[in-house]
Amino acid sequence: MTKKILILFFILIPINVNALIEVDITRGNLNPLPLAVSPLSIDEDSRKVFEKILKKENIGSEISNIVENNLRISGLFNPLDKKAFLQAPDIANLKPRFEDWNLIKAQALITGKVNYVDDKLRVEFRLWDVLAAKEMMALAFTTVPKNWRRVGHIISDKVYERLTGEKGYFDTRIIYVSEEGPKTQRIKKLAIMDQDGANNKFLTLGNELVLTPRFNPASQMVTYLSYFKNMPRVYLLDIETGTQEVVGDFPGMTFAPRFSPDGKKIIMSFAKDGKSDIYTMDLENRIVEKITNHPSIDTSPSYSPDGKYITFNSDRSGYQQIYVMKNDGSDVKRISFGNGLYGTPVWSPRGDLIAFTKLHKGKFYIGVMRTDGSGERLLTENYYQEAPSWSPNGRVLIFYRETKTNSKGEGFSAKLWSIDLTGYNERQIKTPTDASDPSWSSLLSN
Amino acid sequence: MRLNKILKNTLLVLMACVALTACATKKEVSNVEISGQMQGDVYTGTDTVEYLADGVPDRVFFATNESILTTASRETLRAQAAWLRKNPGINVVLEGHADERGTREYNLALGERRANAAKDYLMTYGISSDRITVLSYGKERPVDSGSNPLAWSKNRRSVTVKAN
Repeated sequence: MTKKILILFFILIPINVNALIEVDITRGNLNPLPLAVSPLSIDEDSRKVFEKILKKENIGSEISNIVENNLRISGLFNPLDKKAFLQAPDIANLKPRFEDWNLIKAQALITGKVNYVDDKLRVEFRLWDVLAAKEMMALAFTTVPKNWRRVGHIISDKVYERLTGEKGYFDTRIIYVSEEGPKTQRIKKLAIMDQDGANNKFLTLGNELVLTPRFNPASQMVTYLSYFKNMPRVYLLDIETGTQEVVGDFPGMTFAPRFSPDGKKIIMSFAKDGKSDIYTMDLENRIVEKITNHPSIDTSPSYSPDGKYITFNSDRSGYQQIYVMKNDGSDVKRISFGNGLYGTPVWSPRGDLIAFTKLHKGKFYIGVMRTDGSGERLLTENYYQEAPSWSPNGRVLIFYRETKTNSKGEGFSAKLWSIDLTGYNERQIKTPTDASDPSWSSLLSN
Repeated sequence: MRLNKILKNTLLVLMACVALTACATKKEVSNVEISGQMQGDVYTGTDTVEYLADGVPDRVFFATNESILTTASRETLRAQAAWLRKNPGINVVLEGHADERGTREYNLALGERRANAAKDYLMTYGISSDRITVLSYGKERPVDSGSNPLAWSKNRRSVTVKAN
């Protein structure tokens, strides 16, 4: 799949000026920052070359469309209509006439240009503070032409980071389960796409049931559950080479896999004799360790980002609740005490929160709580939704939602949705088929 | 006298209320019983049931979040055990399932627990564990695609399937 990416960064003019525009992302943003994304300018010769190679009439406009779309979807920015722009892209990139951009109420402006240089795509862009009439950032990238979408995502990440003070999450991918067919006989395939839904690819053929794929935070490996030969087992998949292997040699069902933050271990459940316990397997030396030992169901384990703690789901109290323990299984503490059942805990990459699914009075909620269980906040309520996965910056959750069927059992669908940690900006993520079990990758470039 | 009359009337009204309430409750219960499909929230119908042999139903049903065998389930499993003893060459897979109202991972574990409850019972009636394989499907293979309590009750099940 996506291969080594040759992206060279060189900072043209590093400027760090105080008191420039900032976007506060800790609150629900009801007034997204108005900003203008000027199409990247392109000389006619370069335009023709890229049209031939990439089948895109104007690659400069295409890249700026990606940036515009990403920033809009974040909910923090309001990209203005290009028709209102007064200044031509090439001139704006040299020196914006700030009065013109101020006139259309743009507070920030993104300009840039694209060249064809030595068989490569070279893109430079600048971020301007319109009110302060100053350049905030200028960067250039050189890469192979087919990486053009990623250039758009990387620009988006840089702009997001410069304006919010936090890393972006646009140059990322989502792995998920594609679903087709009637509810009683769903065909499920592993699928992967860019965070914005582009470049969708199916990774399995649908011959066997597959569930719960999760990215390795440190590489482009995936762990998931497959019913290959009708034996539900945790597998490891290298999405670059397509090689798959079963994880460990367990005499029964292994499920609910996730990687450790360093990517060196897989943590999962092993079910035997009506009990499910949590195990880890070291991927280098293949050593298996039993982490929990309880007659209850212990499942859905997830490491804290420093690897020192594990949160998991257990019904040892009689019902599904969320627990936290040390990574060796000691010091088990229940953290969920609200009304209802709690499942699928997943530790935020920032370390401060645990996202979960809650079932209460026939409704399903996606929520977050602090790692000691305090400060529970429910972000969204629905007939059925579960399995949140964090964006790598810990600001957005992706999950799946299923619809209620009608009296004839028709009308079932499963879709991916995302929501901001603030509870705002809930969006459906379009997929070619029905979809479930999403997992968000780390940033591809860092 | 007058007070007495008032009290009497009040009492009558109260009694009428009680009678009405009782009626309503009774009606609800009888509805469930008449439909003959559920007791508590355990499925008791036969719509989805197949037979391993004459008089040997292939599946047992469970209450929400439970893996306890009901009296009817134990009866079904005793019939299965008797049939397995008569057919020593047959091995079985016990397929455990959950309804759609739970998280996927927990439901996988719950399906395994339900199938194991059935397995344990077969074993106490003399069936060797060598002949039994347990396989959980969680909520992945519902028999009824409905989003209502009756559909969910049909889906909370352990099904005994011939393996050979």
